[in-house]
Amino acid sequence: MFNAFSHLLIRDLRLALRNRHELANPLIFFVLVVSLFPLAVTPTPDALRAMAPGVIWVSALLAVLLSLDRLFKQDYEDGSLDQLMLSPNPLMILVLAKVLAHWLLTGLPLVIIAPLLGLFMSLPMEAVNVLIYSLLLGTPVLSLVGAIGVSLTVAVNRGGVLLSLIILPLYIPILIFGANAVDVAADGMPVRGQLLFLGAVLALALSLAPLATAVALRITASR
Amino acid sequence: MWNWIQRFSSPKYFYAMSAALIPWFAISALLIGVYGLYLGLFVAPTDYQQGESYRIIFVHVPAAWMSLFIYMVMAISAGIGLIWQIRLADMVAAASAPIGASFTFLALVTGMLWGKPMWGAYWVWDARLTSELILLFLYFGYMALQSAIEDQRSADKASGLLAIVGVVNIPIIHYSVEWWNTLHQGATVTKFDKPSMHIDMLIPLLLMAVAFKLFYAAVVLVRTRNEALYRDRNRRWVRELIERM
Amino acid sequence: MPVSTMFEVQSLECVRDDRLLFSGLNFSLAESEVLQIEGANGCGKTSLLRIICGLRLAEAGQVLWQGESIQSNREDYYSNMVYIGHLPCVKAELTVMENVRSLLDTRSLTVSDAVIEEALAKVGLATYEDVTGKALSSGQRRRILLAFVALSRAKLWILDEPLTALDVQGVALMESMIIEHRQAGGSVIFTTHHGMQLDCEMRSVRLGGQGNGALSDV
Repeated sequence: MFNAFSHLLIRDLRLALRNRHELANPLIFFVLVVSLFPLAVTPTPDALRAMAPGVIWVSALLAVLLSLDRLFKQDYEDGSLDQLMLSPNPLMILVLAKVLAHWLLTGLPLVIIAPLLGLFMSLPMEAVNVLIYSLLLGTPVLSLVGAIGVSLTVAVNRGGVLLSLIILPLYIPILIFGANAVDVAADGMPVRGQLLFLGAVLALALSLAPLATAVALRITASR
Repeated sequence: MWNWIQRFSSPKYFYAMSAALIPWFAISALLIGVYGLYLGLFVAPTDYQQGESYRIIFVHVPAAWMSLFIYMVMAISAGIGLIWQIRLADMVAAASAPIGASFTFLALVTGMLWGKPMWGAYWVWDARLTSELILLFLYFGYMALQSAIEDQRSADKASGLLAIVGVVNIPIIHYSVEWWNTLHQGATVTKFDKPSMHIDMLIPLLLMAVAFKLFYAAVVLVRTRNEALYRDRNRRWVRELIERM
Repeated sequence: MPVSTMFEVQSLECVRDDRLLFSGLNFSLAESEVLQIEGANGCGKTSLLRIICGLRLAEAGQVLWQGESIQSNREDYYSNMVYIGHLPCVKAELTVMENVRSLLDTRSLTVSDAVIEEALAKVGLATYEDVTGKALSSGQRRRILLAFVALSRAKLWILDEPLTALDVQGVALMESMIIEHRQAGGSVIFTTHHGMQLDCEMRSVRLGGQGNGALSDV
């Protein structure tokens, strides 16, 4: 079982690396969207600092949302999804491998580039640290919960907007606590509660989301 | 036992049996609703803080309760349909969604109408209104997914799973929004958030809640009957029904 | 000593788009048996195969593997069966070798490179191990699937239109693979629009005879 997990993870990573030109898209999108905000307002450091947590977090959310398609679309279209579902290994484990690959390719780069964006938005150093932690805890949840949505909509034509409609309400708690943690850290206040909440949500998502995704995939396949 | 359940949950049987129930629910909803409104609008005492404008809570609060209640019913029915393959349960879930969304919308509108005299603005990001707004999105997501998938069975199962995922998320969302709200609003807690309400205000509130539930029962029966007719339109019992008319 | 029934279908009923495709379908399969599912377009052949694989739920009835329902016996069933459908399951960015290996990996089968090369040679892809999927014709992609089936160590092969995109040699290859598999004790269920000349004993089940298209009232 662990072999199947690691091989699927490596396969997905390998597939993404061979499509190198697409790899940077979510990252570029993230930076681009965040950069739009200073252009849209008077970019005084105070104004930017005030909107920074929300702007960076929402942009991260949207970047992950836009990249969710890659999770199952290709497999669905070429028939590999059927083969995954016919594996003697539990589907949940295979789903987890794919979601991990997705996070490594989408969420992790966002975490790495976030300090740069913190700089763009005049965030103080303590807040940038917390930004990294909050994104580190939050982006895996975005991938995990997003997987549920994608598995329900992968067979729907032009299901991108439908996916957003379904998933964004579910992202709200992570957004609230993630953005707030950064906001509060910029004022020098403790963030332990917020980060613990994010950790708890991550634990919950890790245990339930792959199961829900597996059920959703079997529903999608049964047409 | 299973055969008994199968028989009683067949759409054909449901269609025949539900016809008699609807008038009872509808009339009692009307009577209790009218009485409750009368008590609420005319008999309940004027509020010490808010004067007369608070009276909208007699519609707003029960509507908010219904929006959550119907979502639960929807999720449970969809779950039953998903796990035990009972088609009637899927029909009830699909029929309930627009009703629940309407109640959510009603709660939002009455909340906004209440907000104007109370806070001076039609929309403020308080905990309840924000939660209701998110709930409305959850309803829309359910209905959008239902209509996006052509195969009826898959559509029911997919949206059913979504409803269940939504139900798990509702406490999390509610708690998050509450918490977020306390950060930004401070202590503008209204008198009605606490259960210590004057009995003359509580009774009309509960009556309206009961009336709304009966109204929901009547409407969901009507809509489920429509769902049953539409989904089974190619089956013998529907064709016979049409021929008899 | 009666031949053990390894695979069985009982009272299977299939509904699609609110139309009854078939009901009361029964058949069983023992080792070394080949079964063809016949029927006109749209009569439910693919749906039947997907139900047999457990990818789709039947309206009624059950599918049994070694006497147990496939829902409760999933791991054992999937370890012993392989399915190929209409889609080629080939990734354009991976080489032929990597594609075969990836398909085998989901079944937790570790096979040496030499064995895969041998299988690829048998299906006519001898010098193509390092060619990426993008550069292959659709017939060549189907041959990757044939190599996968041959290496899958599955007792039961479920093949939906296996001759799709195959040329004359490909068809002959598929036929010989089925015959070899049967001789080795394996079984095959397949559907096909093309006539397959199989030089062995074969049964067939015809769909479109059962059921009258009208759904029951329950």
